[in-house]
Amino acid sequence: MTGDIRIRADKLTKRFGDFVAVNAVSFEAGRGEIMGFLGPNGAGKSTTIRILCGLLRPSSGRAEVAGLDVAREPEKVRANIGYMSQKFSLYDDLSVMENLSFFGGVYGVKGARLKRRIAFAVEMAGLAGREDAVVSDLSGGWKQRLALGCAVLHEPKILFLDEPTSGVDPASRRRFWDLIYALAGDGVTVVITTHYMDEAEYCNRIALINGGRLVALGSPSELKRSAIRGEILLVEGDDPGAMLEALEGAPGVRDVAPFGSSLHIVVDDAARDRAAIEARLAERSLSWSRIEPIKATLEDVFVQLVGEGGKAAP
Amino acid sequence: MWGRILNLVVKELQQLRRDRAAKFRLLIPTLVQLFIFGYAATFEVYNVATIVLDQDHSQESRELVARFAGSGRFQIVETANSAADVRRAIDHADAVVAIVIQAGFADDVRKGVSAPAQVIVDGTNSNTALIALSYVSRIVADYAQEMEQDLSRRTRAGARPPPTVTLESRPWYNVDFNSRWFFVPGVIATLTLIMIVNLTSFAVVREREVGTLEQIMVTPIRPLEFILGKTIPYFLVGLALVVVIAGVGTLWFQIPFRGNPLVLLLGTALYLLCVLGIGLLISTVCKTQQQAFATNFFVINPAFILSGFSFPIASMPDFMQWISTINPMTYYLVVIRGTFLKGVGLEVLWPQMLALAGLGIVLLASSVLRFRKSLD
Repeated sequence: MTGDIRIRADKLTKRFGDFVAVNAVSFEAGRGEIMGFLGPNGAGKSTTIRILCGLLRPSSGRAEVAGLDVAREPEKVRANIGYMSQKFSLYDDLSVMENLSFFGGVYGVKGARLKRRIAFAVEMAGLAGREDAVVSDLSGGWKQRLALGCAVLHEPKILFLDEPTSGVDPASRRRFWDLIYALAGDGVTVVITTHYMDEAEYCNRIALINGGRLVALGSPSELKRSAIRGEILLVEGDDPGAMLEALEGAPGVRDVAPFGSSLHIVVDDAARDRAAIEARLAERSLSWSRIEPIKATLEDVFVQLVGEGGKAAP
Repeated sequence: MWGRILNLVVKELQQLRRDRAAKFRLLIPTLVQLFIFGYAATFEVYNVATIVLDQDHSQESRELVARFAGSGRFQIVETANSAADVRRAIDHADAVVAIVIQAGFADDVRKGVSAPAQVIVDGTNSNTALIALSYVSRIVADYAQEMEQDLSRRTRAGARPPPTVTLESRPWYNVDFNSRWFFVPGVIATLTLIMIVNLTSFAVVREREVGTLEQIMVTPIRPLEFILGKTIPYFLVGLALVVVIAGVGTLWFQIPFRGNPLVLLLGTALYLLCVLGIGLLISTVCKTQQQAFATNFFVINPAFILSGFSFPIASMPDFMQWISTINPMTYYLVVIRGTFLKGVGLEVLWPQMLALAGLGIVLLASSVLRFRKSLD
């Protein structure tokens, strides 16, 4: 199993002056694993990825990528990784083919292999027949898939994707995730940052990051199980604000959080505590249209561990 | 290594080829500036607006005024009746020069004693004033000499005229003091500096701004490869630019080229290394294109002034003189003027070549060292 570990971060810390952007983050990721970094903006997700790519030097701690120390052998690490940055990172003024040949060339992919890899990337991005199109003429989804194609031309063992799906329509996002699954199926380790909860559900494991710290680490179902000690009742009514006030600190209620026009209430036992909640609402003469137990979502986990402040971030 | 560099060069040229605006930004301002320098920039002064106050009304005074008018340098725009007229004309900038001939001028000339004539010059444009004054003194000196000879012929008939000293100046390399010969070759150095520093500094900063630089940084490319990949295309562009300017200079403006083109080529290549080094160094310091623009301006103007292009370095304070010794343009101007006008070769220009090579290596090396593949 240890031979399959592709990324090993050990108490990784990055300070910018007095600000601690990444605080003693440790984790491991294995071959073919899709690891999601979930957290509010400014939590330290991108900084962690940049350290792992060798773009930033850790202030302390150690990171091994593909078995190589990132701070000591960044060049060797780079031959093994692919990276898509937050900013759109292709040459807008070059054609699809020119971008692919350029990035293939700087990665040292040559001759027949380059031809084969370019054909693969064009196919993957669905850009067959549009090889001569200038990138600025492509829409977001195409650009994003082409950027992914450029990042995997050299068949990297590890792929870092920093918010690759921001600003892309849902259909393209779905298609992009199909590609990620295909790559992981071929054994590529994928580290992806996101703030879409639904995307986080697609990951094998999630590292929840807040304020530079790794708050929780595990598969989506593990996180739901460990973070939510209890069950969740969904309450819908005319005045969620008043209901929130009424139920906060009420007996049996562990936590209340607004979700759209409804409330999620964390209780120890849904069947038992339901009656108490209904009684409390009736006491305040608040009417409800629906009260029922639901399965915890990652958003519940997120709210529980990161809090409302984190949730407010886009 | 060379494969990756070639890759970068090809990419850079493809981008340049796509960028129609860049081609215009390069060629049009270059040609416009070249023609402005070729046609408009001249140190010579013609048709200086001149007012005359002749209080003597003699044949002699009219003769002197006629010499001013006949020289082509001065244009008599007004004949004044009083000193007040003169003051008003100069104040209102109706005239730049005033010639005042006082009463008794002709008597004094005939007697052979010092005759009173006054020249007033508007000194607000000291350059024009100085040049106009030099014409004035030449005209007056000629006149005085002839009067003297005339006088001696009349008073001592048959005697030999008094000996006179005539200074015959002979400007080498540019016999007629043709301003164009002076400006056009110099413009090669200026325009190359402006164009190539701008082009290279933006080439890296743009990638930083757009985000592609971060993408490049995670590839196994080395800083030296990256810098060379950025340098070579703009080196080629710079060479082409110099060929165009030199071509227009010699063919259109008929500037003589007396030296060996290969010597100029060598000097140009070394100068381009320096200029590229400056551009790249700026781009490693600046984060945005605006910053780069401001920094370029900050570098280019002093480089121009402290190069000896039009202001003599020997007249500058020590500190400024010191700066001019680390200014590549100082040396390149010597190379350019040496090859164009003097026709000298490496036997004379080797110190400049060495200086350019040294500066180029230092500048490029520091940009390689400053370019780190990290965002820290």
